[in-house]
Amino acid sequence: MSQKVLLNATEVHIALQRLACQLIENHDTFENTVLIGIQPRGVFLAERLKSILESDYKMKDLKLGYLDITFYRDDFRRSNKILEANKTKIDFVIEDKKLVFIDDVLYTGRSIRSALTAVQSFGRPMEIELLTLIDRRFSRHLPIQPDYRGRQVDAIGDEKVKVCWKEQDGEDAVYLVNN
Amino acid sequence: MKELSVNHLLGIKYITEDDIHLIFETADHFKEVINRSIKKVPSLRDITIANLFFENSTRTRLSFELAEKRLSADVINFSAASSSVKKGETLIDTVNNILSMKVDMVVMRHPNPGAGVFLAKHVNASIVNAGDGAHEHPTQALLDSYSIREKLGDVAGKKVVIVGDILHSRVALSNIFALQKLGAEVKVCGPKTLLPKYIDKIGVGVEGNLRKALEWCDVANMLRVQNERMDISYFPTTREYTQQYGVNKALLDSLNKEIVVMHPGPINRGVEITSDVADSKQAIILDQVQNGVAVRMAVLYLLASKIKPHED
Repeated sequence: MSQKVLLNATEVHIALQRLACQLIENHDTFENTVLIGIQPRGVFLAERLKSILESDYKMKDLKLGYLDITFYRDDFRRSNKILEANKTKIDFVIEDKKLVFIDDVLYTGRSIRSALTAVQSFGRPMEIELLTLIDRRFSRHLPIQPDYRGRQVDAIGDEKVKVCWKEQDGEDAVYLVNN
Repeated sequence: MKELSVNHLLGIKYITEDDIHLIFETADHFKEVINRSIKKVPSLRDITIANLFFENSTRTRLSFELAEKRLSADVINFSAASSSVKKGETLIDTVNNILSMKVDMVVMRHPNPGAGVFLAKHVNASIVNAGDGAHEHPTQALLDSYSIREKLGDVAGKKVVIVGDILHSRVALSNIFALQKLGAEVKVCGPKTLLPKYIDKIGVGVEGNLRKALEWCDVANMLRVQNERMDISYFPTTREYTQQYGVNKALLDSLNKEIVVMHPGPINRGVEITSDVADSKQAIILDQVQNGVAVRMAVLYLLASKIKPHED
């Protein structure tokens, strides 16, 4: 197994700042916008963006929820991977709001497809956008594209993109792992 | 871990402590789901479940059916009263006929102890025991322990007394197994005639006096007197039973602590429990019912995850 650094801590930081600014461009004061971190790994990115928006850009009353998609996945019983559910926490109304889904890596698009179904249980949002730190180009199974992306990556076949967060893994970095 | 050690839920006896914790953690997520405005997830949309009830039931049957529907499974219902069982069909034949219609899971209640175990050996489907005679009622025990965990934070180290007709009760036996596996202390309390002879051999304490039992416990699980299973007279009169083994508000108020009161239903108001207790804040009877749906969703979901999609 070999791994190569795609983004180091500084580059992750720059990408996060840019993504935060792009969100402000489109959502102004976030009055009618809610952020939804996709469980489990999208939550770290979502929390990070929220704290940048609050501390660096003085945004107030940001709404951030977590959405777990386990029960909505299309590979239930079909994958040998054991699916483990995480907490869903959306304690505000999403009806007629602008939603931004936040996830760390966009790969096949199937997680986002599941998230689109899952979020309907909470109401009918006005629109939904997608923000991802890493967009793995050429690997989509579904017609789903991000509205905001940190970095586009051409990863092939059995290569894996690993996103590390200081809170969880001890450092901010993105690796391309070759099995 | 993160997968059940069994392919069927036949009784608490056959599952591990880890299995119970996994079911509880999964039930936590489903409890959140059933409190949403849209209370449904698509997980089991390609699973068909047959509910076979060879014995009467209201709560368990509705609870299972609701759990199945909230998981988007296809459901067929069967009750013995209106079926060919009356014409002399055997259990295996009945179930195999139903399974040939491509049914993946069977939820069964049956008057004979061990009916679920027998079926699991002979037919190709995942079996969930919804009560087999006086043997086990595993989902009831799971939801009871889940409700204790929800109310008191943990089951381990808690003292639970099961009061009433232990002899004829599948709820009692499953509860004893579940509580012991989770590390709780269990006592039973009731007239001697309604306590199984060797109950102390499975590590259960026996207390003849209800007041002493209540003073000892954190949780009292009140069982119904199962008149329909009684072939002889086990106590002189219902009135005498109530006086010795029924809980009322005055008795609860005279204890020096507030205990949690549970009842698996159906309640015989005024016999094992008075109305003012059943409707009081100490009673978590309706929480038990709500948790029943979440716990059954967890059981069905976890068992279904072990069924591979049909090859044909």
